Amino acid sequence: MAELIIHIITPVAIFIFIACFTLFAVYAERKIAGFVQDRLGPMETGKYGLTQTIADILKLLQKEFITPSKADSILFAAAPIVIFVAVFIGFSVVPWAPDFVPAHLHTGIFFLMAVVSIDAIGILMAGWGSNNKYSLLGAIRAIAQMVSYEIPVGLSLIAAVMITQTLNLNDIAYLQGVKSPEQIYFMGFWNVTDIGGIFAWHVFQAPHLLVVYIIFFIASLAECNRAPFDIPEAESELIGGFHTEYGGIRFAFLFLAEYAMMFLVAILGTVIFLGAWNTPLPNIGVLRFADWTTGLGWGLFWTVSKSLFIVGIQMWIRWTLPRFRADQLMTLCWKILIPLSFLCLAISGLWRIMVMI
Amino acid sequence: MVLKTTIKGFSTAVKGLLLTVKHLFGARRSRQAYNIQDKNYFDLQEGITTVQYPKQKMPIPEVARYQLEVDIDDCIVCDLCAKACPVDCIDIQAIRSSEAIGHTSDGSVKRLYAAKFDIDMAKCMYCGLCTVVCPTECITMSDKYDRSSQKLTDLIYGFSEMSDAEIEQRKQEWSIFQAEKEAAKNK
Repeated sequence: MAELIIHIITPVAIFIFIACFTLFAVYAERKIAGFVQDRLGPMETGKYGLTQTIADILKLLQKEFITPSKADSILFAAAPIVIFVAVFIGFSVVPWAPDFVPAHLHTGIFFLMAVVSIDAIGILMAGWGSNNKYSLLGAIRAIAQMVSYEIPVGLSLIAAVMITQTLNLNDIAYLQGVKSPEQIYFMGFWNVTDIGGIFAWHVFQAPHLLVVYIIFFIASLAECNRAPFDIPEAESELIGGFHTEYGGIRFAFLFLAEYAMMFLVAILGTVIFLGAWNTPLPNIGVLRFADWTTGLGWGLFWTVSKSLFIVGIQMWIRWTLPRFRADQLMTLCWKILIPLSFLCLAISGLWRIMVMI
Repeated sequence: MVLKTTIKGFSTAVKGLLLTVKHLFGARRSRQAYNIQDKNYFDLQEGITTVQYPKQKMPIPEVARYQLEVDIDDCIVCDLCAKACPVDCIDIQAIRSSEAIGHTSDGSVKRLYAAKFDIDMAKCMYCGLCTVVCPTECITMSDKYDRSSQKLTDLIYGFSEMSDAEIEQRKQEWSIFQAEKEAAKNK
């Protein structure tokens, strides 16, 4: 019985977290956009516009369901659910703190990659079901982009997994700090198992993993259709892309899925490359910073703060770089990121055999 | 070729990111409402530029072309402003008087009543020609520029201070005077 309650509480807690995160992130996004462009952002609703997003969501909740008369009503209604659920299930295998993980899965990364790919089907359903040329064009672009960028994401994850030798995200997190069951080497030469901190993170365990992380970051930006890879919802060309016809709570769910996806790729990158719940502070002699700042509470704090930092970088990039052209997008993926990630994959194999033995 | 464009793309992206992050942290400062006549006006390039309008106003020059203002006590109802107006936004109706009504502040004699002195601010193009031709300088440009209204007709400002009854009375006085004059001529 207790187990059942936990199984119910966990997804509800994650959903509440995602909803709160989205409210906060939309506000942050608009403020960052404002500051980058020397504007103020929302200022009128509440002090410094703090309740702006709450007002927005209340407005969306009140709106009526509008289904275009020529739309495929089943696909149209199911698409937001599929899109959101695909992203939401992805959170089930992500560890938030030591052994604090909704589902302790041995094939964690594999499961996550498989589930998140369903997102693409949801987008196609939305685009096709809307029966609108802009939605369909947006959906087609989204599919082309997401399928292409799945490859560098997958390859970069494999490159990391070859180093970790496990697909379990909880075990991967353990391998990057003072609690590691194995010996950790900074760049392959300096044993930092007892020192921990920032030196034990995967990005610093091998020189090429930093490149792998950059590949992963760029490709994951494209995965969640963020600028500069936002051609599926290019406002200037396609109105809103696949969600042109959506309004009210359905649109709210598409929006929620978008921000949940942002957080998911941020937390995934954090868990696999940036030390998960491990602290960035190393042990220095008698000052055991790493030991002091490891634990359940600290773990949650580090995971969330690192992920929010990555989300902040995603927003910063969004408000800096202009949108890619479709052919440039494909060039970047197929001619640069994929060969590079294959190279990193090969280096990972060699590194595993030659250095880590 | 691909390598070269990629490297160039990344380096320019980094350059752009550094530029935006500079603005992001520059947003701690806010540009104050400086007068455009300030010598250093164009040196202000950093910080937030937004002026939160109704709460915060930009200083305006002392002499500038904003909304028209009429001091009806000084008006001699000469109709010159209405004639000078290129867009015909001034509508004046005069009632003649049998004797001098009074004097304006600069000593001109008033002989006409202004039954109607309407300026349609929706039509006005703020050229200021009416203020130039006015002999008594009663029509001037004020420093007000932010009057907005819900109805278009609210933008027609009436400056005449005469009531309907008064207008009727003055009209009658004039017609009586005319009739008397006519009678005197016919005698």
